[in-house]
Amino acid sequence: MSAIIPLSAQLINLCASVILLLAFAMLAQRRVMQLINLFALQGLVLCLSTLIVAVTTGQHHLYYSAGLTLALKAILLPWILHRLVRKLYVKWDVESLVNVPTTMLVGVVLVMIAFNVAQPISLLSQTVSRGTLGIALAVVMLAFVMMITRTKAIPQVVGFLAMENGLFLAATSATYGMPMVVELGIALDVLVGVIILGVFFFQIRDQFDSLDISHMEKLKDG
Amino acid sequence: MPPLISIDVLLIAACAWLAIGLAGMLAPRRLEFISKTLFPFGSVVSFIVGVTALFFLGDEPQATVLAIGLPTLPFHLRLDNLAAVFVLLLGFVSFGISVYAAGYFRKGEGAAPGLLCIEYHLFLASMLMVLLADDAYAFMVAWEGMALSSFLLVTTDHRHEAIRRAGYLYLLIAHVGAISILLSFGVMTGGAGDYTFAGMRAQELSPFWGSAAFLLALVGFGAKAGLVPVHVWLPEAHPAAPSPVSAMMSGIMLKTAIYGLLRVCFDLVGTTIWWWGVVAMAIGLVTALFGVLYSTVQSDMKRLLAYSSIENIGLLAVGIGLALLFHSFHMEILAALAMTAVFYHCLAHAGFKSLLFLCTGSVLHATHERSLGRLGGLIHRMPWVAWLALLGVIASAGLPPLSGFVSEWLLLQAFLFSPGLPHSWLNMIVPVAAAVIALVAAMAGFAMVKFHGIIFLGQMREPNLIHAHDAGPWERAGLVWLAVLTVLLGVLPSTLIGLIDGATQQLLGTGLAGRVAEHGWAMLAPISPDRASYMPMLFLATIATVLLLARWMVRRFYHGRTRRSDAWDCGYFFQGPRAQDTAEGFSQPIRRIFEPMFRMERHFPSIRDEQPYYSVKVEDHFWYWLYLPVARVADWVSGLIVRIQGGRIAIYLLYSFLTLLLLLLVARP
Repeated sequence: MSAIIPLSAQLINLCASVILLLAFAMLAQRRVMQLINLFALQGLVLCLSTLIVAVTTGQHHLYYSAGLTLALKAILLPWILHRLVRKLYVKWDVESLVNVPTTMLVGVVLVMIAFNVAQPISLLSQTVSRGTLGIALAVVMLAFVMMITRTKAIPQVVGFLAMENGLFLAATSATYGMPMVVELGIALDVLVGVIILGVFFFQIRDQFDSLDISHMEKLKDG
Repeated sequence: MPPLISIDVLLIAACAWLAIGLAGMLAPRRLEFISKTLFPFGSVVSFIVGVTALFFLGDEPQATVLAIGLPTLPFHLRLDNLAAVFVLLLGFVSFGISVYAAGYFRKGEGAAPGLLCIEYHLFLASMLMVLLADDAYAFMVAWEGMALSSFLLVTTDHRHEAIRRAGYLYLLIAHVGAISILLSFGVMTGGAGDYTFAGMRAQELSPFWGSAAFLLALVGFGAKAGLVPVHVWLPEAHPAAPSPVSAMMSGIMLKTAIYGLLRVCFDLVGTTIWWWGVVAMAIGLVTALFGVLYSTVQSDMKRLLAYSSIENIGLLAVGIGLALLFHSFHMEILAALAMTAVFYHCLAHAGFKSLLFLCTGSVLHATHERSLGRLGGLIHRMPWVAWLALLGVIASAGLPPLSGFVSEWLLLQAFLFSPGLPHSWLNMIVPVAAAVIALVAAMAGFAMVKFHGIIFLGQMREPNLIHAHDAGPWERAGLVWLAVLTVLLGVLPSTLIGLIDGATQQLLGTGLAGRVAEHGWAMLAPISPDRASYMPMLFLATIATVLLLARWMVRRFYHGRTRRSDAWDCGYFFQGPRAQDTAEGFSQPIRRIFEPMFRMERHFPSIRDEQPYYSVKVEDHFWYWLYLPVARVADWVSGLIVRIQGGRIAIYLLYSFLTLLLLLLVARP
């Protein structure tokens, strides 16, 4: 076993654990505005961790990635979501399908599974940040659980975006990020996705006078 | 630059067809431009394809690799003699159909002309690629292209509910067949993962897996060809499509399925087991008998021809089965005889069936009527179509001296040698099959007499038929070309057998060319002149002499004393055209004799009826025995699946989450 972990790796691990903590916080958060703020904060920390990886390894394209993350996930998307929430008057509390303590317990189990699954993969990886792969997987899973347990449309979109954060973390931790083209493509996808979903929110609200997606159950055939 | 070889010419031709199709999209509504410029161009390309194949026949195989396709599996293409026989068929028959189509499409009928143009030429190009493909991937891509483009052509007039249903049925069965073909290819790679045909030839399959590959191929290609019980799409789709498309599907596309079956059975699998031949023959016999029985009782002229196509496909399957049987007992000369019959019948059927379908197209345009019961007497208004249809009818009925006779005669000759089989059971059963073939040939004659007699002869059953007009110059040119093909195939069998012999030699290692060439072009004696020989020119000369003599004698002895009266009025006065034999009445004896074979709904008039009427509706047993039960099971299963489709997004997300979790746990290294 290597005795001393370098400072950079410790910092990266710190960032990753903060991201995980934020993921838990998002899972527990009932207010939409706070949820979006947490998401913005997660983006900020993600940007920070990417920066640290970039500085340590000298990979230039990671600087661009970090910049992109900052612009998109910490500033632009939260701003769009804030505006949406204000325009749609949906600032009230989020009701979830399962109560918060149960969700948290499920989350803990998932984190254990994620670490267990990721361990053999991170052994194969040569990167300085390989220890965070398990965390990245856990973040993806927690975000997925958030999408499942929320009944309103906006928290589901936030869950979707948080899942993308987890994927990004996985990419930087396992292979120092994806190629720039792929990353730009994903960023654009996410942006366009949120804009389209925003349009849908208005449509859904016009149709059902509510953003509760349980109304859409009627849409299935038969 | 290397010299242009045949396969390059064919590839350029395929590209030219695609370009012509795309050119049609530039001005999709300009009918004049599309029909009078693009379709003739397409027909020129067809002609070049045919001539290329004609010059190639007998040469060494040519192969090439295209840089498109999968990363590890680019498109392999190969032109050998087997493919060339079918390319020849494709080129020359589609030439006639394209020339005809140039005069056929009218304004306001179905889809925009530009769409028809691109679908039509895509259909041609993909059929050519099916024949050239030398790996499973390229084959399947071309095969699906063929299925989809022909589906779009069938549903040209998609505003009618019945046509949409026909198209759906066709697409469904085409895809079931395609899956079966894909599985057959998968079996033939033997797990080696090499999907080129060369790789499949190199595999040694065990009898079990070889049989699996054969049966899968039989089902898959049978679904395209229309073998019983996967024939049901054929009588629905053919009447639905515009006539040039019906002609192309029946004349050419069904033959690509025969090509695929031959390619798998004799080329790719590598081994042959005798019972394969028995299976193919049994299915073929059932198909032939079924097809011809149903074709005799149809009242819609295109359905009649569609069932007749099923019959001919049955005959081809019988021929393939016989060739397999002889081949498995290493009786290669006899196998070559059966194989030659198969090739010849492919060519003959492509010619005469396209001709007949195109004739129905002209009748349809002239009268807007498909039902035989409302036609009649059209020979007075449409002499060109009627006389050319007569040639097609004679060939289709298997009468000398035209093409259908030669192939059926060859097939029966092959049957007559079957007592030589070293297997006692087969010795007893195979002659029965020969008897069934003879029955089928006779009934085909009956169906064709009905077709021609009810449409063209007698008196006009409806008053408005008087306005019918003959086919235009383009249509006539196409019909004449196909009729010429039919006559040439009839009178020059020895020459043509010499031409296609390369394919027989490629598949079986021996052919008939040497034996046939001994006797010159005028006499056909495939095995030896002591056994059987056929001189088509003699037949032609005799028939011509008798006809001319009869005409001369009538003129000479009854000059001025002949009296013209209404056709078929049997000497009675006051006999209207409605009193002629109807389509239903003509086939009533067949319906009566073979009653258990049909599912009939009849309504007889009774004395008390206010408005008495008689109706009979003949349906296919297979719908009720096979398709409806399958449909019910599918419905029931999908009813079960609906339960997990609750409509809640949370549940759907949970499904994907659990799947992800499960996969992560399973795939954990």
